[in-house]
Amino acid sequence: MSVAEGDAVDGDEMPASPGPVLRHGVPVSMSRGQEVLHPDREHWVPVATALFDEGYLVAVDLTAVDYLTHPGRPLPDGVTPQRFEVVANLLSHSSRSRVRLRVQVPADDAVLATLTAIFPGVDAAEREVFDLFGVTFEGHPDMTRIVMPEDWVGHPLRKDYDSGRIPVQFKGPAPSR
Amino acid sequence: MTTTDHPTPTSATAAFTSEGAQELDGAAVTSAAELLHQRGAVLRMSEAEAAAIAVHVDEGDEFPSVPVDETMIINMGPQHPSTHGVLRLMMELDGETVLRTKSIIGYLHTGMEWTGEELTYLQGPTNVTRMDYAAPLFTELAFSLAVEKLIGVEVPARATWIRMLMTEMNRVSSHLLFLATNGMDLGAVSMMLYGWREREQVLRFFEKVTGLRMNHNYIRPGGVAADLPPGWRDDVLELLETIPPRLDEYDILLTGQPVFRKRLQGVGHITAAECLALGVTGPLLRSTGYAWDLRRDDPYLAYDELDFDVIVGSYGDCFDRYAIRLNEIRESFNIIRQILDAMPAGDYRVQDKKVTPPPRARIDESMEALIHHFKIFTEGYKVPEGEVYVPVESPRGELGCYIVSDGSSNPYRMHVRAPSFVNLQALPHMMHNGLLADAVAVISSVDPIMGEVDR
Repeated sequence: MSVAEGDAVDGDEMPASPGPVLRHGVPVSMSRGQEVLHPDREHWVPVATALFDEGYLVAVDLTAVDYLTHPGRPLPDGVTPQRFEVVANLLSHSSRSRVRLRVQVPADDAVLATLTAIFPGVDAAEREVFDLFGVTFEGHPDMTRIVMPEDWVGHPLRKDYDSGRIPVQFKGPAPSR
Repeated sequence: MTTTDHPTPTSATAAFTSEGAQELDGAAVTSAAELLHQRGAVLRMSEAEAAAIAVHVDEGDEFPSVPVDETMIINMGPQHPSTHGVLRLMMELDGETVLRTKSIIGYLHTGMEWTGEELTYLQGPTNVTRMDYAAPLFTELAFSLAVEKLIGVEVPARATWIRMLMTEMNRVSSHLLFLATNGMDLGAVSMMLYGWREREQVLRFFEKVTGLRMNHNYIRPGGVAADLPPGWRDDVLELLETIPPRLDEYDILLTGQPVFRKRLQGVGHITAAECLALGVTGPLLRSTGYAWDLRRDDPYLAYDELDFDVIVGSYGDCFDRYAIRLNEIRESFNIIRQILDAMPAGDYRVQDKKVTPPPRARIDESMEALIHHFKIFTEGYKVPEGEVYVPVESPRGELGCYIVSDGSSNPYRMHVRAPSFVNLQALPHMMHNGLLADAVAVISSVDPIMGEVDR
């Protein structure tokens, strides 16, 4: 790991050194002892590629968070908070370490490049993020809904998706027998 | 929920939610990359590159591509008995040979990640335990470890060892369920009865400890719900005595049986590199000979104090996956024996008043205890701001819990990385160029739990 151990062991405080700590050119923070990289959307694929080359061969998990009602979360310097955050967990078997990527995705342009070209295993996870959050992954071979019905309207895990206030969408019975 | 000026589901969002069908389309209208993907290729290329090699793949294929009008797309499930719940597969067949596969999921989707945001951290395990209903304690464990990491609380040693005992027992019951259903899928119906019988013994132990056969809500942030009941050691010893001889009976019944071996050996082959690319974990990855077990390689709880083997296969086929699970049961019993010897005395949950309700007896005599109890169960406890991902090794692979806290008593986001959800992606690969009859064996060897796939 390029970040010195003990920078921030517990807690989410930013590194104390002057200027943000960088790895592959993007800011780094520590979250409960776990290294977190904060690339912007332009660096999303290059950073993932660089980490893959470094030995992080497995994308264990990819998910998203809608920070609509919690915009003031701690982020390192140089990262502008946006409404959506796509989170990927990478794992290196050789160094037995994990690294997390958090990328900010604005609400008015919820598009991100796909990682399927590097990690084919995020295929289903990206579809799930699209389905539940409405973040589109550019270049994904099959950007369709995965858990909701294909004619569903809206993205249920968004914080402004009103639960319990809209009628549940069911297809009606067949018009006539 | 606060209303905002963000698009509501009925207006602007609707414009970009028309994304097309989930079903398997005909080969003529499917993109080259998607086509290769459904044929089981593990793709690391763009659409243009895929289109360029798609032709060559067809030419060099053992089963050259047949004209589109000679193949048939069939639908298997979601109510097929061998789909382990409600998995739906669409397969393109050339005669009896499977060319392309696409799994269609979501039939059990009940929005459990959303529900997790609505419940307090104290109520959380009740929700997550229903995800992987065959191994409920593992999801509870991942959730509890994540919350404890956010709070920064240290769990007493006895709670840790009780958790290990219970999760190893759960691994046994889950693998017994696999042996039962795997046998049933392949026509060995007597195996189903034996598997259920042994599993029921383990579930009876669970019922004695947690009060429930399944969906225990036993492992909670801060420890476990209750101490082990009197006589638990005898119950465990009885299980240790009765089940291992029956595993040897399974060996006679299945492992050495030529029909059973022919149904599984060389079927559903996958390599380690493909597993890593697809993010596949658990017995599927280990069946390729790749020794990766989080209990050993990224120890949680007190697994670093135990002595156990990681079971690996060598061919990456369905038989290896069967054999791995059978032998993991034996290894789990080996672990349980060590836990019996090392089980420490002490508290079964942390005595931090912030997260632990007062003992039941105190509520009758102390007003403060009553208020404390009331506040914890109505408001819950607050968890410091932050985000954390904690993985554990479930019977199906890496089960992770990602929690974002905004400092309130509910998770701001609760995501579970379900191993079955990821492992299902290996299906097209393992089925390509196999027979339709083998598809059942392949699905069975993945051992997907649909409650966890769809969440």
